[in-house]
Amino acid sequence: MNAPTRYVDDSVKGFIAWSMVWGTIAVVVGILISLQLAWPQLNYAPYLTYGRLRPIHTNAAIFGWGVGSFIALFFYITQRLTKTPLWSPKLARVTLWIFNVAIASAAVTLAMGINRTKEYAELEWPLAIVVAIIWVLFSVNVFMTILKRKEEQMYISLWYIMATLVGVTVLYVINNLGVPLHLFKSYSAFSGTNDANVQWWYGHNAVAMVLTTPPLAIFYYFLPKVTNNPIFSHRMGIIAFWSLIFMYLWTGAHHLLWTPIPDWIQTVAMAFSIMLIAPSWGAVMNGYLTMGGKWEQMKTNYLVKFLICGITFYGLQTLQGPMQAIRTFSAFIHYTDWVPGHVHMGALGWVSMVLFAAIYYATTKMNNTEIYSIPLANAHFWLVLIGQLIYSITMWIAGVQQGSMLLATNPDGSLHYSFMETMIAIMPYYKIRAISGFIYLAGLSLFIFNIYKTFQKGTDSPVAEA
Amino acid sequence: MLEKNPVIFIILAFVVIMVGTTITMIAPFKWINGPGDRIAEVKPYTPLQQEGRDLYMREGCNNCHSQTVRTLAADVERYGYGGTYSKSGEFVYDRPHLWGSRRTGPDLARIGLKYPDSKGAWHKKHLENPQSVVPASNMPSYAFLNAPLDTTYSERKMKLLDFPYSQADLDDLKGKSEMDAIIAYMRKLGTDIPVKKAAAVTSASAAVVKNPFTTLVAVERDAEGTYKQHCASCHGEKREGTLGPALKGSVRSDAELFKIISGGIDVNGMPSFSGTLDDQNIWKLVTYIKLDTK
Repeated sequence: MNAPTRYVDDSVKGFIAWSMVWGTIAVVVGILISLQLAWPQLNYAPYLTYGRLRPIHTNAAIFGWGVGSFIALFFYITQRLTKTPLWSPKLARVTLWIFNVAIASAAVTLAMGINRTKEYAELEWPLAIVVAIIWVLFSVNVFMTILKRKEEQMYISLWYIMATLVGVTVLYVINNLGVPLHLFKSYSAFSGTNDANVQWWYGHNAVAMVLTTPPLAIFYYFLPKVTNNPIFSHRMGIIAFWSLIFMYLWTGAHHLLWTPIPDWIQTVAMAFSIMLIAPSWGAVMNGYLTMGGKWEQMKTNYLVKFLICGITFYGLQTLQGPMQAIRTFSAFIHYTDWVPGHVHMGALGWVSMVLFAAIYYATTKMNNTEIYSIPLANAHFWLVLIGQLIYSITMWIAGVQQGSMLLATNPDGSLHYSFMETMIAIMPYYKIRAISGFIYLAGLSLFIFNIYKTFQKGTDSPVAEA
Repeated sequence: MLEKNPVIFIILAFVVIMVGTTITMIAPFKWINGPGDRIAEVKPYTPLQQEGRDLYMREGCNNCHSQTVRTLAADVERYGYGGTYSKSGEFVYDRPHLWGSRRTGPDLARIGLKYPDSKGAWHKKHLENPQSVVPASNMPSYAFLNAPLDTTYSERKMKLLDFPYSQADLDDLKGKSEMDAIIAYMRKLGTDIPVKKAAAVTSASAAVVKNPFTTLVAVERDAEGTYKQHCASCHGEKREGTLGPALKGSVRSDAELFKIISGGIDVNGMPSFSGTLDDQNIWKLVTYIKLDTK
């Protein structure tokens, strides 16, 4: 079969390349701030202090690497599932430009201390508006392509894509409401406990609509492609889909257990968090069963390794998450390093693993060539896996240790450990964590090199259509 | 139908996500910050305190410091500083909230109760060089806050946030540094609502007026470490006095010293250690600091 030349992929390539640039910056900044936690003299005031760099790390990771590659892959998947070229390639190119300007401006303004402080919604109002515009331009392009589609049936990936378009719009707009003081400063439209409730409704559903539904859309598309097996159950996918997007929105307050948020909201959040295990594992089982017992592909196909490992981490993540959402366990580990351990299993293990596989696959298809080096891709796999495991496991240990020390009391009710004693106890783990960052970066470098070489191979010697 | 009509699909998806949103996020606006939450003693920020709060945001302090004392005994003991757990009504003037999600450093919801010293000497020393006060701290230095405070928008902020202010409040900003502003904010945090008095904190120990440890041999190993960790930063490595007074050979009675260490002294910034140290350790410390020579 001919590679379908009518698909417009230049913006897909552009978004892939730039998301990799921002992803690398996110990891490098991540390593720097992990070193700063162990050696505070590495803070260079005022621009390179931990307080200003940490939002750059999270924004570059979520919006630069995450959203950037989701836009790329949504353009890619939507065209192929609808058998229709992108509605407006020109608009896609414009979107890429604005996207890059926005992410670069985000990094600069955050370093300058222009910061709303609401997690994952730190950007001040002019930039927040630009982000919203990018999202609308992207959404219109994808949605119009779906409307004009030639394939009548909409595969499950398109469902997840459309839910993402709607969900992110609602979340982002509401949590960014505020009153501007001047161009670089605004105050939140909500105050105190209300603001906290809105923030974590947003914060947790950013996890749903940015870090769950897009990778699921991508996973559902690429796993059958890579394994040559049909998806195990479309119906199970649909049931899981509706229950997932219904239940997620109730759970934000599990970030606020034991705080002044009304008790019933906390309890409802706790209950829905537990219920979410079902739709999450619906997707996990759908993935496993799609393998159709052909598990030897874990050995023979590097892409299967990434995808199955990714969905496995998703499964672990969606068990650990509900566990953390229970009051008693939250009392123990909330505010400790357990939580960064959890988050990085999701970000590095689940989301990034799936993205790696999708980008490898899409790059070879778009360039009509084969991957430059499978051994390098395998090395990439092991380095990022080991790096991520060291990160998460050390942080879980540190979290349990610090959590138990912070709660320990003497017989007379006074505290057994001072705060500093708990920090001294977890210092060794901070140092190990920094090492894990370097291992991950080494893996990421191999990935970038491999993709670069594959692009080069594609353009250098366009493969004759066979 | 659904599989074939994207417009209907999108509307339905929107409705589905709005159910939980409406019930757990929109509806609570009816109750939260309502009359039931209100606390009369809680006051809005002054222009200087609000400037300090904005600097706290600029520097991203919320990335390492939370601002909510949970309803857990250990939380109240550690971060309550004689006060209680956080109440919704304490945050009604906070736009945005700064509750945070990670305690790389300690919770600051009631830090104003721990260091009430009006000159903020402890905060200044700590912000300029955290390790000079807490040797093992991993906090960066904020000496660069010793810069003039930009007051261009101070009045407009008050108007926008609808906080009361006087000309005297605005005049008070003149010649202030960013350091002054952030310290003013630190000193305000958590101090609005009534707290247990020092006497109440130590009442459990009042029965034990007699120091069970009277010789250096009995206390040296434990007390030296405790002293270095909790006292040396203000009273000097050799008890010679720096921010706080010299302690070497103090003539105060054991019971008096116990009461000060346990309950603190509000007016001059001596923090209370009843939550941090148990009675035994405080008695050992009393013996240790009173000795003329080590």
